[in-house]
Amino acid sequence: MQPDPPLPTPTRRIGDVILSLEHISLAFGGVKALSDITFDVREHEVRAIIGPNGAGKSSMLNVINGVYRPQQGTITYRGRVRRGMDSHDVAVAGIARTFQNIALFKGMTVLDNIMTGRNLKMHASFIEQAIWIGRARREELAHRAKVEEIIDFLEIQHIRKTPVGRLPYGLQKRVELARALAAEPSLLLLDEPMAGMNVEEKQDMCRFILDVNEQYGTTIVLIEHDMGVVMDISDRVVVLDYGRKIGDGDPAAVRGSKAVIDAYLGVAH
Amino acid sequence: MDERQDTFPRLLLQHARTRPNHPATREKDLGIWQTWTWAQVADEVRALACGLAADGFKRGMHLAIVGDNRPRLYWSMIAAQALGGVPVPMYQDAPAAEFVYVLNDAEIDYALVEDQEQVDKLLEAAPSVPTLAHIYYDDPRGLRNYEGVTSFEALQERGREFDRAHPGWYDAEVALGRADDVSGMLYTSGTTGKPKGVRQTHAAFIAAAKGSAEFDRLSPDDSVLSYLPMAWVGDHLFSFAQWLYVGFTINCPESGETVMTDLREIGPTYYFAPPRVFENLLTQVMIRMEDAGRIKRALFEHFTAVARRCGAEILDGKSVALSDRVQYAIGNVLVYAPLRNVLGMSRIRVAYTAGAAIGPDLFRFYRSIGINLKQLYGSTETCAYVCLQPDGGVHFDTVGEAAPGVELKVADTGEVLVRGPMLLKEYYKRPDATAESIDADGYFHTGDAGFVDASGQLKIIDRAKDVGKLATGAMFAPNYIENKLKFFPHIKEAVVFGADRDRVCAFVNIDVGSVGNWAERRGIPYSGYTDLASKPAVYELIRGCVEKVNAELAGEPGLADSQVQRFLILHKELDPDDDELTRTRKVRRGFIAEKYAVLIDALYAGRDVQHIETLVKFEDGRSGMVAADLRIDDARVTPAEEQKAA
Repeated sequence: MQPDPPLPTPTRRIGDVILSLEHISLAFGGVKALSDITFDVREHEVRAIIGPNGAGKSSMLNVINGVYRPQQGTITYRGRVRRGMDSHDVAVAGIARTFQNIALFKGMTVLDNIMTGRNLKMHASFIEQAIWIGRARREELAHRAKVEEIIDFLEIQHIRKTPVGRLPYGLQKRVELARALAAEPSLLLLDEPMAGMNVEEKQDMCRFILDVNEQYGTTIVLIEHDMGVVMDISDRVVVLDYGRKIGDGDPAAVRGSKAVIDAYLGVAH
Repeated sequence: MDERQDTFPRLLLQHARTRPNHPATREKDLGIWQTWTWAQVADEVRALACGLAADGFKRGMHLAIVGDNRPRLYWSMIAAQALGGVPVPMYQDAPAAEFVYVLNDAEIDYALVEDQEQVDKLLEAAPSVPTLAHIYYDDPRGLRNYEGVTSFEALQERGREFDRAHPGWYDAEVALGRADDVSGMLYTSGTTGKPKGVRQTHAAFIAAAKGSAEFDRLSPDDSVLSYLPMAWVGDHLFSFAQWLYVGFTINCPESGETVMTDLREIGPTYYFAPPRVFENLLTQVMIRMEDAGRIKRALFEHFTAVARRCGAEILDGKSVALSDRVQYAIGNVLVYAPLRNVLGMSRIRVAYTAGAAIGPDLFRFYRSIGINLKQLYGSTETCAYVCLQPDGGVHFDTVGEAAPGVELKVADTGEVLVRGPMLLKEYYKRPDATAESIDADGYFHTGDAGFVDASGQLKIIDRAKDVGKLATGAMFAPNYIENKLKFFPHIKEAVVFGADRDRVCAFVNIDVGSVGNWAERRGIPYSGYTDLASKPAVYELIRGCVEKVNAELAGEPGLADSQVQRFLILHKELDPDDDELTRTRKVRRGFIAEKYAVLIDALYAGRDVQHIETLVKFEDGRSGMVAADLRIDDARVTPAEEQKAA
């Protein structure tokens, strides 16, 4: 008999600012995607970025994880100041993400997809990996144990060996979250985790996000369309519209803000 | 050392002494099968029982147990029994409101549950259950910030401390237990009225376990998959009483969704499933065969035809032509053995089904590919032990002969009466119901109508109280007709009406998987159940099924008048959440008749279309309306055969 692995110690207590974005501006040619945006993210919180279509939400996320390099502004992550980060640095720094349009390896099984999330933590050499000896073997067992913990956490045991391409959309989203979690991130970026889901799947996903936040203490930045969901699970919300920040604060304050209501109801600018 | 082996806690201690390192329980956790030996289980149970005692659990108290099949939940049943308490397993998928009734009826003050979902339900029910004071949980996930609930580990830790402080106390408690103590209280499914708590003794369940284990020569090397609800008497017999009597291994699946995979990995030797599980398995195989390549499909069709011809006879050891034997042997290598492997049934020695009638084709299919599938008959009140089919004496339409130690007779009214050591002690707090069901001679009235056929086996027709009369005076056995309808894979549920009326009409639920596949193959687009159910082509399909049933009924004595003359396909699936089915998926005829009175009127008034709006509950607890204009169809009736003969 083996005892269950000890659960991580509870860490859900909102801490200091770990990520701050100051005066970020990003333009593609003449199109201004983001203009002069400033906000911060505190440790262990669930921070939402909302806004109508084309507000610049995904651009914002791409700036944070280094896909886009803003023309102006600075990003400070855990005390290190920079203009932009490159993707590898971002991953090494403990930031993981999911994508709006699922980016999984469709032909690979759920298990293998999640295993790829452990990539940065694998240290065995090419030769060791090729003939599966020494570190490669030890590491794989350890990684597999971690991956199984995540599979259990997200309740996807029944599809462990199913190729991802065969799964319904809602489950693929969950697998993508699993892969991001496999990197054991301290900051998790979720790009529309609930898009295209039915009510039940949304509820499940909400529960998983909150569980991740509570159990692993992971700081979560999420973009979401569904206002109701955002208000229920976020600690603080940033509202973007046409690349500008029009609101920032706790859900109740944001919900009451006139600028936000106007943006969502489409008042003329 | 205590040599009496007449209570479950003492049986556990005996296994721990005689085969300490033999696997007792397995569970798949984090992708790996974890094993606990008998010695380890005895140790776990001891810590658990002492923990409960430290928290004030006393003799005669009730411990509610709610959750999927988890080793710790099975152990907690023995722990409660060791203290002279009574485990009360409850259906884990019931909503909080249904919990309230059972929790109050059983006066539960201690509850041990699986996870956050169940804790939430108990806490929701708690304000209406004044006695409930202690809640323990197995899986700590999501429960960190809950107050007033205790983890399984903490409970066992308390127990170990208590055990150290009171050495020998646990053994003394176990020695206090008597064979005629109540060992468990299982609630009836409540097909008729509120559920009743059935109190069974150690002696009764051990008698049932002993009888059935000897009948099928079960051994400690057998292995079962425990996946059916723990609150159901079948699971209590197969995964608990027989487990402790025989000392074999129970295996708990990883989750409800992984049962098929787990079944394949474990390859149990002894297996129990209600007919619907066998049906789902076969449907999956058939759907996959339809999508298979041409050669594979041809092989499958050829050899299943061979198996249909002679497979069941070979299994029964009857004489079969040599050419058929050779063909069957080839088929075994090419088709049957791989198929058994895919089904997870390669090692099965004995498989049982019960709980509902099984379709002849379905039953014969499994037997023909070499799976020793048999039927049994029993109920909560009889420890699921009344009739068993012996090897070599298997029929699809009977439920077997009286099991060892059971006396069986059929009353003049047609009701089946049984007597034996496996009978219930009483219904909890219901002396009236107890007196009503057990007569002066000690016979239990099963409430089932049946007869013993020429082969000496019992044949069940219907619930005795459901057997009514048509206005014409002819016998009307609704379940019998419904089962015939449900034998068609396209029909999931059926409810027939006709008592005191001049003719029989039916509601039908189509099987979305099967009919959906049928529709896809024919290029018929549909958006969901309601849409599919209303397609004229689907009505055509179902009418074919109804008319076949009518033709069969025409050939059976006394049932020709029961042919289904009109039917409709319901716009929603009957669902336990809407109280239309019991948790064990039996139809609640009275409730349905009331809820859909307007449809019944339409059936008998001869209308062709009827509008209906129905309130439905979704799985997340919200409710909504479903509205539809239902078509009503006529089915052709076959003239009775007696008339032809005359």
